[in-house]
Amino acid sequence: MMQIVLTVTAVVLSLAAGGAIIRIARGPSLLDRVLAADVLLAIVGAALCIDMAVNRHLNNLMLLVAVSLIGFVGSVTVARFVADRRELPRES
Amino acid sequence: MNPETFSGDAVIDAVSAVFMVVGALMSLAAAVGLLRFPDLMTRMHAATKPQVLGLFLLLFALGLQMRTWWVWPVLVVAWIFQLLTVPVSAHMVGRAGYRTKHLHPELLSTDELEAVVQQAAGKSGFTEDDGDAAAGRR
Repeated sequence: MMQIVLTVTAVVLSLAAGGAIIRIARGPSLLDRVLAADVLLAIVGAALCIDMAVNRHLNNLMLLVAVSLIGFVGSVTVARFVADRRELPRES
Repeated sequence: MNPETFSGDAVIDAVSAVFMVVGALMSLAAAVGLLRFPDLMTRMHAATKPQVLGLFLLLFALGLQMRTWWVWPVLVVAWIFQLLTVPVSAHMVGRAGYRTKHLHPELLSTDELEAVVQQAAGKSGFTEDDGDAAAGRR
């Protein structure tokens, strides 16, 4: 049964990653791309979780926390950057 | 598929399998929402699904599969860490999106920040109290 679950989740997560990558490539603004990259990181975390659950090991747990930390720092930094950069011409 | 005919292991396997498939479908729902929703705010709504509920389901399935008790605190810490960081980054992205006008105002049913922004913009030039400032601003 675990092989069936692994196949189904692999197909579903591949489709989801494809959709997120399409949004990264096509997103009209930078914030859309940041959001899609965040979703892509969540999909990577989901894949790590499913790998751990199917193969019954815990090797990826620290990597999972690190991936969510990187997503947090990245999106917060880019959001600050966008706010500052777009506001400069309006104030001057 | 009658659960009474299963042994305990098979029941735990079935529950974790269902949780894994549903958790993966959360990611697919987020991707569909990213592709089909019209602007940043609605896409942010869709993007939260795999980050909180999807991760919860997958970590629950992982805890069920490991069949030991000591992994549960670790998984709870990982999930709480995600719960603490996701709202902050979503707030930052939404704030930057509102300030840079990445939204369709006609799609909003209510814009509670608009009144606050107007009030702050009006108040910045006045030194009187609230009533006089409101009267002076017509």
